[in-house]
Amino acid sequence: MLLGLVAAARAEGPTYGLGSTPAPAEIDALDTLVDQDGALLPAGSGAPAEGAILFAQRCAMCHGADGEGTDTAAGVGPMLIAPGKQGTKGIRHLHFATTLFSFIHRAMPMHQERTLTVDQAYALTAFLLWRNGIIDEDEQMNAESLRDVVMPNRDAWQPPPETSG
Amino acid sequence: MTDNKLEDRRRFLKGGAALGLAAAAARSAQADPGDHELSRSAYGERSTFVTSTRISDGGNNCSFGSDCNTLSPIQDQVGIITPSALHFNSSHGATPPDIDPDRHELLIHGLVQRPLKFTMAELKRLPFVSHIHFIECSANYPLPVDVTVQHTHGKTSCSEWTGVPLSILLNEAGVRGNAKWIVAEGADRDFHSKSIPLERALGSCYLAYGQNGEPLRPHQGFPLRLMVPGAGGFSHVKWLQRIKVVDKPYLTPSERFNPLHGPKSVVTFPSGGQRLEGPGFYTISGLAWSGGGRISTVEVSTDGGRRWQRAELKGPVLPIAHTRFALGWRFDGKPATIMSRCTDETGEVQPTATEFAAARGVGVDRVLAREVRRQGQWNLVFPWRVNGDGSVEHHLWA
Repeated sequence: MLLGLVAAARAEGPTYGLGSTPAPAEIDALDTLVDQDGALLPAGSGAPAEGAILFAQRCAMCHGADGEGTDTAAGVGPMLIAPGKQGTKGIRHLHFATTLFSFIHRAMPMHQERTLTVDQAYALTAFLLWRNGIIDEDEQMNAESLRDVVMPNRDAWQPPPETSG
Repeated sequence: MTDNKLEDRRRFLKGGAALGLAAAAARSAQADPGDHELSRSAYGERSTFVTSTRISDGGNNCSFGSDCNTLSPIQDQVGIITPSALHFNSSHGATPPDIDPDRHELLIHGLVQRPLKFTMAELKRLPFVSHIHFIECSANYPLPVDVTVQHTHGKTSCSEWTGVPLSILLNEAGVRGNAKWIVAEGADRDFHSKSIPLERALGSCYLAYGQNGEPLRPHQGFPLRLMVPGAGGFSHVKWLQRIKVVDKPYLTPSERFNPLHGPKSVVTFPSGGQRLEGPGFYTISGLAWSGGGRISTVEVSTDGGRRWQRAELKGPVLPIAHTRFALGWRFDGKPATIMSRCTDETGEVQPTATEFAAARGVGVDRVLAREVRRQGQWNLVFPWRVNGDGSVEHHLWA
């Protein structure tokens, strides 16, 4: 029955003639979520050293000076940097580094979302990857190099069932 | 100013206009919300003696400038509909964006033949559906510090939702052959995004603009939210601005892929923090719900689970909706442990902690500590202890 539904949606043309065609620029403005394979990663780059400065300025008040996480009235942010650069805490639980960039770029810092430039988001991504022992201190992150990063928790990724909600 | 308006109307009425016209003019004057005599009842208020409210979930959202997550006072509710003003709220730190519905648009793009954008007015011209569905936060679980059922179970609510089947919009756009999933995205501060399998999107999903006969409340996603009946609250993307048709599930740092919620019930009277006035007759009452479909039976035990009695379902009994149950009971002044368990139309039974631990082959302590739970949801039988003095407290960890 579900297959039938899918086939119907694919086969039929428009019925109601409502809605309008968005301009390509309108789509591009919203189409910013980067998938795990790195499609839509924007042009730009950043290195851990630049990220370290930004982290102290824009992130540490909630995530702690060492990314250890805080939970106080002044700021609340989850742990980002795993102790000893081991295990799957902090960002080490992520399966893909590409989604980390996307989250920083689209959703951080809280209450100042989307105020980071592309280069700044790459730099912060690079900083967090370096501090978690995943890349070297002098590695530049950009669309190509970020796709090549293998996260420590990569192998735990399993495609979800198509019955999920 | 108001007085002048009233005076104008009186003068007009005295002026000898035809009776019908005068009545129409008076009605239109009354509809002016600035009229002092009506301003207090223009949008209805409840009795000053009714004071039930949502409370914070105790989380830290409100400590850093965002709206608190709130728990619905289900101990005070009757029937199955949650008043819109009392619907639980869990927005992961988002304060509702203040969206002008006349400027809001929904974009549908990705693996489609015709990318489309819809205004709210266009969406409302399309065929609509109306369903009574519950939404439950996947983090609706009790803690030992909790006192009332609002604390232990208050992240579930049930409304009549009205909106457009998502299949209509996807058909208008024309889904391409390699499409397998959709990503729904909100206009909140972090662009909350959730991947949904295409089959489910074309099946039961709809985009709601109405809640209990009026537009969605801002905390519920005004002007538009995704409904994924039976899925965790997390999937019901609020302030919906975009649907991208894609070939695989997209991952975000907070993405979760869980099965639909299983059968769950709780006794709301008597429940924690309440006090029975003394021995005598009481009607035990509560709520049952399941993401799997209709509730088929609810059983209630008043002796800690040794014997179970079939409770009466106080209709309507609807799929994926709160279902009200009740059972008459005579309190004899001796301590009693009261609990409910439900079964849904798929045959899945709400388990006790002991049953759940045995089924998973783990110790019950790990289940009580929530280390092992039904994927994405906590749905165990929850006992209340009625003490000899009529006071009530939770009894799960006893």
